[in-house]
Amino acid sequence: MTTVPFAIPRPTHPTGVWSWITTIDHKKIGVLYGVTAFVLFIIGGLEALLMRIQLAGPNQDIVSPEVFNQLFTMHGTTMIFLAVMPLSAAFFNFVIPLQIGARDVAFPRLNAFSYWTFLGGAILLNSSWFLGGATNAGWFGYAPLTSTAQNPGNGIDFWIISLQVLGVASLAAAFNFIVTIVNMRAPGMSFMRMPLFTWMTFITAILLVLAFPVITVALIELYFDRTFGMNFFNVATGGDPVLWQHLFWVFGHPEVYILILPAMGIVSEILPTFAKKPLFGYSTVVLAGAIIAFMGWMVWSHHMFTVGLGPIPTAVFTLTTMAIAVPTGIKIFNWMATIWGGSMEYKAPLLFALGFIALFTIGGISGIMHAMASSDAQQQDTYFIVAHIHYVLFGGAIVAVVGGIYYWFPKITGRMYNEAIGKLNFWVMFVGMNLVFFPMHFLGLDGMPRRIYTYDANMGWSLWNGVSTLGALVLGLSFLIFIYNIVTSWRNGEAADGDPWDGRTLEWSMSSPPPEYNFAEIPTVYDRDAWWAEKRGQVHHGVPVGGGSGEEEHSIHMPQPSYWPIVVSIGLVIAGFGLVYHGTYFAVAAFGVLIGMIGVYAWSFEPVNDPE
Amino acid sequence: MWAFLGSDCMFFGSLIATYLVYKNRSLSGPLPVDVFSIPTTSVSTFVLLMSSMSMVLAYAALRRNRMKTFRIWLASTALMGMTFLAFQVFEFHAFANHEVVVDCTAPIGELTALEQSVAADCEPGQHEIEKQVGLTPRTNLFGSTFFTLTGFHGAHVTLGVVWLLSMFFLSFKKGAVTPEKELNLDLAALYWHFVDIVWIIIFTVVYLFGVFPGF
Amino acid sequence: MTQESQVIQHESAHPTPGTYFKVAMALSAITAIEVAVFYLEFVRHAIIPILVLLSGAKFILVCMYYMHLKFDDRIFSTMFVAGLVTASGVVMALMALFRFFA
Repeated sequence: MTTVPFAIPRPTHPTGVWSWITTIDHKKIGVLYGVTAFVLFIIGGLEALLMRIQLAGPNQDIVSPEVFNQLFTMHGTTMIFLAVMPLSAAFFNFVIPLQIGARDVAFPRLNAFSYWTFLGGAILLNSSWFLGGATNAGWFGYAPLTSTAQNPGNGIDFWIISLQVLGVASLAAAFNFIVTIVNMRAPGMSFMRMPLFTWMTFITAILLVLAFPVITVALIELYFDRTFGMNFFNVATGGDPVLWQHLFWVFGHPEVYILILPAMGIVSEILPTFAKKPLFGYSTVVLAGAIIAFMGWMVWSHHMFTVGLGPIPTAVFTLTTMAIAVPTGIKIFNWMATIWGGSMEYKAPLLFALGFIALFTIGGISGIMHAMASSDAQQQDTYFIVAHIHYVLFGGAIVAVVGGIYYWFPKITGRMYNEAIGKLNFWVMFVGMNLVFFPMHFLGLDGMPRRIYTYDANMGWSLWNGVSTLGALVLGLSFLIFIYNIVTSWRNGEAADGDPWDGRTLEWSMSSPPPEYNFAEIPTVYDRDAWWAEKRGQVHHGVPVGGGSGEEEHSIHMPQPSYWPIVVSIGLVIAGFGLVYHGTYFAVAAFGVLIGMIGVYAWSFEPVNDPE
Repeated sequence: MWAFLGSDCMFFGSLIATYLVYKNRSLSGPLPVDVFSIPTTSVSTFVLLMSSMSMVLAYAALRRNRMKTFRIWLASTALMGMTFLAFQVFEFHAFANHEVVVDCTAPIGELTALEQSVAADCEPGQHEIEKQVGLTPRTNLFGSTFFTLTGFHGAHVTLGVVWLLSMFFLSFKKGAVTPEKELNLDLAALYWHFVDIVWIIIFTVVYLFGVFPGF
Repeated sequence: MTQESQVIQHESAHPTPGTYFKVAMALSAITAIEVAVFYLEFVRHAIIPILVLLSGAKFILVCMYYMHLKFDDRIFSTMFVAGLVTASGVVMALMALFRFFA
């Protein structure tokens, strides 16, 4: 394959915009993921803030009910698909190759493609705000709210198609990380020597690979119903809206673990580092993660207790749901045992990790409460559920992610963040978070339903709603502090050396920021906390065991940048717009597919490196 | 690749689940028993199975560096894939234009549900009635689920044919398809076999079970 | 899935064309039996288990020989079986929930 069709000279931009557009370096892609997802997180946060302001007092009229419906739908969709998942992906990208002792991921160009496709999906979804109104049927899109009869606008179509595009991005990334973790580990790094974050990424990727096709099929069926008048969820011809609920939650529940397992991995990295102790019960934590992922497939109908599935399914799903709390509890106890008797260094990342344990446990306990079907019947669709999901998703996933950003900030940027502001950041966030979401427990038990745009003064909900809105403002402030800290430290922070935390894992064994090729020489791994072992001179008591397959060669060839990943993504997004508008616009879709095909062919015929 | 195939299992699993859940829930005909022709589909199933064999033979030939044999087997694989697709197009067309002829004098109990609904239109004294009752994705739940499931399988076959043909034409370029690069062909082959085993399931679950009363 | 991966170490004994041909014959024979069983009146009540077994056999033959899982590293089988088991589990559970077996 020496002569290349579509012969466009290879991009060779070491710096500037084009270097980012054509990059296939996992570290740069990680940064792109992180920054983009954070911007989208802020958008989702502003949507939430608008809702909180609307609900601050009774009978307010700041946003209309129609806009309110769009706000909560887009808030949920944005936070899950455009913020938490890609923030996790940012860590996968930046950290995984460094942790396993590889120079890049297995398919660097596919990795770039994942990022650009994710960006395209995000633009597609958010463009609906300006093109006739965003989707308004809730992030779960229950039939028949999504039928053309109920919902003639194209907001739903934008939602369907952009979730498909995002699904492509997530699947591509998941395949990439599975192959990377299976094939690219440094010699000696057996599965049971992998850092915990790598383990959780691996499990998350497997979950993604298995869960996303289900939502893909459900969305295809919905799209066919809406566009071609088929009968999947059409009650008049015998279709059953409950099938949508099943398909959605068969995907949706594993998705919950897709969101939380990476956060658990981050916490499992931070705690031992700052407690100066190895993780307590490493193999138990790994096993608990795997069991959670496996059992995550057996609990989905607990989202549907009030549908009326009958006593036997309800009992079965109650039991499985309660059982899944056991491996989660095991993890929490392992983390506590890790810090027990450790010589703790209370740096900002540790504070966030400890905050995670506290808040996630509260969310877990309220989760057990509605695992009980009879009690769930009272709580279904009330603010109690809102409180629960935000304790696990905000108190869990987001707090851990922010902690992870502080933890790896020196490695990513080569500079230290401001420790005092970092701690302040944690406390403001911790107080704000509890102020917003704890009163929602009371509101829920008091019967306030979710997704209502206003309420009457005599309902008795005014006080706690006011408190909650105040908390939302505090929470917003904490993110302003965060942004300030990150931006100023990135510009003028103190230079960080390679290993500011006395880290345990391989990413701390190189300079900060890491060189483009990561490892000058692929390390050999003899122990679980490989870098600790090496620093403490315990390297020669073991022999490397099988597993991993680092390259032998010593001259470093890095794959060259490429235009084609972004071309394929652009084709995909054009096709997406065509599908949204359907009818004659299918021609646009065909054009997009054509661009994508050209991109795929050019990509396949492009050698990884030009011949020298 | 295996991870991708595991993922695709879930894709077809969901489609098959939808099909089965909605089986026997259609409110109107035609139903599988009205339109399926087992002999025709058996032939196309056989063709697809044989294409899997020629695929492995192509792979074996490439490993032994017998380029000519390799090309013959690869081309016949793609050709059989196209034959299968032609069968599918023919079948979809036949379903969409399905016609029934009902004897108006026959006792109701001997007629299928679809025939009964057609017979309801018999004028007094009429002996025979002929009516077009096509099955399209819009007709009923069976139509929606059946065409979506088999249609996506067909799309997979189409993609496979494009992939195989690309490799076929590429093989005329020197050094593009060689025994050292057998992994590229291996991946295409794995995909092709996967599409085949999905069809093994569809043939049994949708076609054979479909016509069997009481399932 | 391009040349970027220098992955995968599945260089064990591959079957010969002869084996492939035998497997193809077996597959055709099973399909023929399936269709034949289908037209036999006296096995009516047992037809579903029989067909499930026969097509299961075809499935396994293709996976083991044509897709050379039999000769590959365990990790590949694990990946694939994970997908397969989850998929069939979900299909069965959904059918049960919609009272398909009742």
